[in-house]
Amino acid sequence: MKILNKQVLTDTGGMKITRLDVLAPDIAAKASPGQFVALMGSEEGERVPLTIVDKDEAKGAITLIFQEAGFTTRLLGRLNAGDSLYALVGPLGHPTEIKNYGKIILIGGGVGIAEILPVARAFKKAGNRIATIIGARNKDFLILEDELKEASDEFCVTTDDGSYGRKGFTTEVLAELLKNTKYDLVYAVGPIPMMKRAAKVSAELGVRSIVSLNALMVDATGMCGCCRVHVAGQTRFSCIDGPEFDGSDVDWEELEKRNRVYEDKEKHICKLYDSMQ
Amino acid sequence: MRERPQKPKELSPQERIKSFDEVILGYIEEQVLAEAKRCLRCKNPACIAGCPVGIDIKKFILQIVDKDYGGAYFTIRQKNDFASICGRVCPAEYQCRKTCVLTKKGSPFCSEESINIHFLERFVGDYGMQKALEAPIERDEKLAKFKVAVVGSGPAGLCCAGELARRGVKVVVFEALHKPGGVLRYGIPPFRLPRNILDYEIDYLKKLGVELIPNVIIGRTKTLDELFKEGFSAVFLGLGAGTPGFLGIKGENLCNVYSANEFLTRVNLMSAFKFPESHTPINIGRQIIVIGGGNTAMDAARAALRLQKMNGITPDTSVFYRRTEVEMPARRLEIEHAKEEGIIFRFLVQPEEFIGNDAGFVQKLACLQCQLGEPDESGRRRPIAIKGSDFEANCDLAVIAIGLKANEVLTKATAELKTDKYGDLVVDPETMETSIKGVYAGGDIVGGEGTVIEAMGMAKKASEAIIKYLETK
Repeated sequence: MKILNKQVLTDTGGMKITRLDVLAPDIAAKASPGQFVALMGSEEGERVPLTIVDKDEAKGAITLIFQEAGFTTRLLGRLNAGDSLYALVGPLGHPTEIKNYGKIILIGGGVGIAEILPVARAFKKAGNRIATIIGARNKDFLILEDELKEASDEFCVTTDDGSYGRKGFTTEVLAELLKNTKYDLVYAVGPIPMMKRAAKVSAELGVRSIVSLNALMVDATGMCGCCRVHVAGQTRFSCIDGPEFDGSDVDWEELEKRNRVYEDKEKHICKLYDSMQ
Repeated sequence: MRERPQKPKELSPQERIKSFDEVILGYIEEQVLAEAKRCLRCKNPACIAGCPVGIDIKKFILQIVDKDYGGAYFTIRQKNDFASICGRVCPAEYQCRKTCVLTKKGSPFCSEESINIHFLERFVGDYGMQKALEAPIERDEKLAKFKVAVVGSGPAGLCCAGELARRGVKVVVFEALHKPGGVLRYGIPPFRLPRNILDYEIDYLKKLGVELIPNVIIGRTKTLDELFKEGFSAVFLGLGAGTPGFLGIKGENLCNVYSANEFLTRVNLMSAFKFPESHTPINIGRQIIVIGGGNTAMDAARAALRLQKMNGITPDTSVFYRRTEVEMPARRLEIEHAKEEGIIFRFLVQPEEFIGNDAGFVQKLACLQCQLGEPDESGRRRPIAIKGSDFEANCDLAVIAIGLKANEVLTKATAELKTDKYGDLVVDPETMETSIKGVYAGGDIVGGEGTVIEAMGMAKKASEAIIKYLETK
């Protein structure tokens, strides 16, 4: 659970995106694309899920990438190489079903860009033709551009403000690609509005979409049901039934609301934290 | 005229609900002697038959009468390594106290006059803990070369680990969560089982040489096959009943509708009652409804009411149950405590729908009134909803405590493990061996939800079979 290496990928106005390589040989040996870990930074910390972005079996390490969006991720961002996590367990969730689908579009938004990287590489290796679209608020929030470019046959970057790549949203590019060419699968990870839109656009154009949900979790092993959401009319647990589901089956409105259940608590603890700095 | 039963000292209800401190303070020596003297010393003690692990209850009570508390401790320890835990959480009123000769025949639970065996056990367990008494170890050198893996550190896993370690087997316990104890840690609140007691009993196992490894999910981090390849000769699965059941009604995924597992895990394991010092949040409603009638429902309701009190909210927590108080599976003692603390009980109600606001938070619970019909397969009278009896109750936080199902992470990852239609493991009832040779199981993953001591009873049986199995190797 020791942090072997830390790298701040972006640092804009206090909104850092950080990469940690963590010693976890058992997890590294088992992890497949699409899976995640649950971790705690300290004994009094929250348990949070993070996608396994990469692994190095020889070193026994896994790579985690997170944005300092809330209290817990901010604390995680203060850890350095040499520090240890308090708890780390995995790999959790079902791996992505990797096979030759044909032509695949991958979309990553925000820190979701990191989460599509292992999937892109595995899809590519399985013989798929990969078109990747990544998007961020602006140029400074973009991560892993080179790595994803390398795993893709076609590649496109969008920024909300047009500071880099194309101005606009990833889902606009998605719609264009789908209208012009026949694709076999869309794989999207990012903020809920982006995944929801990607699923809708894909469904309208008759293409299946897979999304990886970012529901709140506690134990992340199927014990608590915190991450439950309606999928195709059935309550499913993101942790053990997911985290991937068919995008057109997800009750996005429910997920969005459930993810905001502790918004006031989060504000409170962040404020306390700021006042102590 | 027989002496009246001794009541242990308790925190007053007003005092209790301000914290998660232990409610029952236990007997003092004078009381323990008075209670032990009430025992009729039956020639054929029926109480022992009521104990799932067969503690020689009569013997330890007589040792108490002789003030031989150390002797009493070892008598219990012969059958049960966790006297301080079981003395607190065992539903004695359905077990040893129910079979006590002083209980009226045909009673669904013990009579008040029956001996307070659990309080005696607790006194003796705590005495052993305070004096740091250590039961003699009967190490069998022939067994010392074997390694056994125990999966899950709940009551079944801990018990099996202890039994094997005392015979000299090297035991490694794998726990998925970051702390050991299973349901004793995430499910049972500190006001019923203080954490220092739990920690002591677990540490005792470490003294026996048991190795505890947290953060490992067998079936994910490692497979059963890999455990055997790593040199384990046998495996015991004490996986627990890990998946919460839901009602399957509309609105159940609204915000602030919790499973009891989530609610209690946040409070007990993650210490959300100490938020923000502990970083795990929990929401606290003004009008809280807990649905269910078991011990978990009582724990959730009492925890919820404490959270209200500790956060300056006027306590308003209700338990909704579809049968009546007599049919409630919860311990009588816990029902009493809940009532004393101000929990409101509404019987014969069946939840129909959670109604929420635009932000997706629960606001109301729509229900139907019920009446009791003929007994069902559980032997309890079946609740029947009365048409047209609809009503709505205000509710800004709800906890669903209607039972648990098997967690299938390991069983789904291991095709050779045979399960029944509930997802529970199929075992040989004599040996607790599963469909895989050398793999044994016990606790809630076998036969569904039971009590702590029932899980320990199964684990004990399995440990004996494991020893026999190792001796053939």
